[in-house]
Amino acid sequence: MINYIWAGMIIFSVIAAFFGGTADALTTAIISSASDAVSLCIRLGGTICLWGGLMEIAEQSGLTGAVCKLLSPFLRIVFPKMDIKGKTAKAISMNVTANLLGLGNAATPLGLEAMQRLQSENSSKEKASTDMIKFVVMNSAAFHLIPTTVAAMRQDYGSKNPFEIMPASWISSACALTVGLVSASIFIKLSEGIKWKN
Amino acid sequence: MEKLTSYILPVITALIIIFGISKGIKVFDCFVEGAKKGFDSAVKLLPPLMGLVVGVTMLRQSGALEIITKMLLPLAKLTGIPADVMPLTVLSPISGSGSLTMFEQILKNFGPDSAEGRIASVIMGSTETTFYAVTVYFGSVGIRKSGCTVPAALLADMTSFIVSAMTVALFSD
Repeated sequence: MINYIWAGMIIFSVIAAFFGGTADALTTAIISSASDAVSLCIRLGGTICLWGGLMEIAEQSGLTGAVCKLLSPFLRIVFPKMDIKGKTAKAISMNVTANLLGLGNAATPLGLEAMQRLQSENSSKEKASTDMIKFVVMNSAAFHLIPTTVAAMRQDYGSKNPFEIMPASWISSACALTVGLVSASIFIKLSEGIKWKN
Repeated sequence: MEKLTSYILPVITALIIIFGISKGIKVFDCFVEGAKKGFDSAVKLLPPLMGLVVGVTMLRQSGALEIITKMLLPLAKLTGIPADVMPLTVLSPISGSGSLTMFEQILKNFGPDSAEGRIASVIMGSTETTFYAVTVYFGSVGIRKSGCTVPAALLADMTSFIVSAMTVALFSD
């Protein structure tokens, strides 16, 4: 799937540049994107270190266990086969917490930790497990209780009430999350018969 | 409401440290131990991220995204999403920095309290950069076959766009 999307992105861009006369811009884009990716990686490495360290403290002090207990009703619905007291569930609950608080910067490193634990339980090392698919879908439809970045930007542009969009945002997130998880479950069921081409 | 959101991160960081100290943990040693793994994971992420960034930058700079947006414009009337917000829906699954810039433009041109500004805000608050999440999460553990993740995540994104337009219409007086 990713392979076709990626090829499509690049081929379509070149065709668009050919007809739109943006070949120069495209040339610059190809070269500069390589270094952009490196700086993105370094920034990400920094946040992974930071949150890895903070989470180690939270883990040893029992804070992650407490958060996990709080979220366990939700986790049981989404991941019915998971050990709710296990390390994986703890890592997932920290990622969910970061999302709820609108801390996108923290959600990614915490999510990566969860992915590593999911991978250690995965029977195949190349193919995504059911729980992994659900977890990534859950993150792509991130549920922000407090949309931190959006509210800050609305305030910067002189909104009378920067937080006014919160209820609408919750409804929208909840719908997206439900549709994402339900369709993932349906797709997984369907694909148990048919092998997905990647 | 004076930038209440600015306190979230510092307060959480302090809470974790205070909780650790109160349980008698050597917080600094513990932090260093946990931070060790960080750069290994980041290095593993470089190849997939490189691919994604190249693809997305090419789409944006070649004008291909504008073409896609124009093709999708008829859908705007059908879904109730304002035509000026359509570019954001095309960008938001593929580029985090791109959609942030687009969001800023909408806020500047229409104002944060306009229908356009509010729908864009709700979209920004309820979606994440799907392709980035898929690339980074699966890339970090070496998963090549992501199965149905992308279609399911994109369905979730589309739901969020349509519901955003609906709820903003519902909540405005």
